[in-house]
Amino acid sequence: MSLAAAETAEIALETLGEEQAPKGEVWRRLRRNPAFIIGAVLIAVFVLVAIFAPLLAPYSPTDRQWFDEIRPGFVPGPRGENLLGVDQQGQDELSRIIYGARYSLLIGIVSTTLGAAAGIVIGTLAGAFGGWVDGLLMRLMDVMLAIPGLLFAIGLAALLGRSLKSVMIAIAVVNIPLFARLLRSSMLAQRESDYVLASTSVGVRRWRIVVQHILPNSLSPVIVQGTLALATAIIDAAGLAFLGLGSADPSIPEWGRMLADTQRSLASAPQLAFFPGLAIVFSVLGFYLVGDALREALDPKLRR
Amino acid sequence: MTLLSVRDLEVVFSRRGRRPVRAVDGVSFDVRAGQTLGLVGESGCGKSVTSLAILGLLPKRGVAVNGSVVLEGRELLGLPQEELRDMRGRDIAMIFQDPLSSLNPVLTIGRQITEVLERHFSTSPRDARTEAARLLDMVGIPSAARRLDDYPHQFSGGMRQRVMIASALACKPKLLIADEPTTALDVTIQAQILELLKALVVDSQAALIMITHDLGVVAGLCEKVHVMYSGRIVESADRRELFGNPRHPYTAGLLASVPRLDQERGTPLRPIAGSPRDTIPWSEGCAFAPRCPNRIDSCVGAPPVLLPIDHVSGTGEHDLRCVNPVPVPVAVKVTARRRPTAGIASKTRATRTTRPRKATS
Repeated sequence: MSLAAAETAEIALETLGEEQAPKGEVWRRLRRNPAFIIGAVLIAVFVLVAIFAPLLAPYSPTDRQWFDEIRPGFVPGPRGENLLGVDQQGQDELSRIIYGARYSLLIGIVSTTLGAAAGIVIGTLAGAFGGWVDGLLMRLMDVMLAIPGLLFAIGLAALLGRSLKSVMIAIAVVNIPLFARLLRSSMLAQRESDYVLASTSVGVRRWRIVVQHILPNSLSPVIVQGTLALATAIIDAAGLAFLGLGSADPSIPEWGRMLADTQRSLASAPQLAFFPGLAIVFSVLGFYLVGDALREALDPKLRR
Repeated sequence: MTLLSVRDLEVVFSRRGRRPVRAVDGVSFDVRAGQTLGLVGESGCGKSVTSLAILGLLPKRGVAVNGSVVLEGRELLGLPQEELRDMRGRDIAMIFQDPLSSLNPVLTIGRQITEVLERHFSTSPRDARTEAARLLDMVGIPSAARRLDDYPHQFSGGMRQRVMIASALACKPKLLIADEPTTALDVTIQAQILELLKALVVDSQAALIMITHDLGVVAGLCEKVHVMYSGRIVESADRRELFGNPRHPYTAGLLASVPRLDQERGTPLRPIAGSPRDTIPWSEGCAFAPRCPNRIDSCVGAPPVLLPIDHVSGTGEHDLRCVNPVPVPVAVKVTARRRPTAGIASKTRATRTTRPRKATS
């Protein structure tokens, strides 16, 4: 056996039985995954468009300068002046889609962060204390899960009034039980591990064991869930806006709302439904691809 | 001076709908300061549970621990959790079997050692780092200061066990419990780790309880040996006496089952018949009776008691729990076995297990 082969064999042996892939290894596996590259590019485009919307958009999203050209049953389609056409209010469709990225990104990030933060706190409490605390919190999460997510969000949005804020809160609340349950089960598995016993045996305090030892080792499924939750949040936000529960201000260019507005003119101007739909699909796809790739890279069972 | 005194320790695991399991059944022994003690037996004989019970690490639910564990005049059983935590690591520390899973994969090893120091002595982070580097150097990790920021996966198995030892010795405990510290390691590394433990225990004046199923480990390390079977001590004596004159058929069987280098080629191995599952409860006689070659009628019925017997080689204590012991001119002549690899691997600072770091990235 050559030296190189021996070394490879030794590395292979050493990587067996490792609980978690080291950081460098995760990154290496991600870079090799074409799905991750595609997803990352989609997300990058989405984020850049959102950030640089004022530079990229040819017109203001609320400029209704083509309103006069609209006739019953006719809205101007794609043309040199308006690459994706004009919407029913006489606004440039491309500019509205570009600005729409800002709202989708904002709603996605804010609601996922809020939901994840609350879910992590609840999951940590349940996983760390166990016993009746765990029982109580998890039954509460079960109740929240039993209500269909979108329905729950609709109820909440109706309760809090029509605004972007209530959409974000509604989506965040729907996400809480997902994060909480995931983290709790992941922590329960880690609680039985040898290094927890080992650090207990040298007198490390319980709370410290939870925060420093158990939590960091339990977070990888939560990270994956976070990416997927971003995708779902964008869909949910579009769904809520489509159902008329988004912001009350009609001038806000929000993709779901744009879809809803085209319902009446679907036959005469299908492009007005097609392009916002496409924007939603691609941004969501980006997060899903990255989320899936992350899960594969972080999961020691799937490694080859 | 007695450091640790365990009296009638009893651990019973009970689960609803099942018969309670008596994992440890009336175990008593003393550890003097600086003494090395071996707790030997097959898997499932209760040796690990004994050590976990001493440290109070057994789960509360479904586990009943009775008896007494006294460390320097202080009863440990029933001590509040907070006081137990103060005691763990500072007075008693433990080394576990599997160094691969006993280190937290997401923390640097430096952090995992300084954590103990900061916890017990409120050492400042900077001093703790210096001390951690010193400890790693002491357990034979080359360029210790530079490796503080490495993660467990960048260390080989033997090196990881050295890290575990460093973290266990960080607070200079009076008693170190090593639960099969070499089982998960390569044979050559095993010898290194044992040499290291031996040297460190002598240096630090700590007492050591070595839990193992490997008689070779005991032979090289322990002054006094207790042999356990099915939760009870069946024979105990100092090392020389026990290896020279095993009186319990189980001890004799364990010694006979160790293959020897000076045997004729083709000599069949001599395992103990049956498995630990073939036991009877101690209340119905000797638990080892179903597997015992010396079984007589009086083995079953009344449980045998642990009684002092005549020390064969010189003076000292020799306790035995058997009604029909192996006769004194021992049928199986066994001397303390030297590990065949000990010669090769006696240099504790050997660095041959460290992989080039390039290979990990």
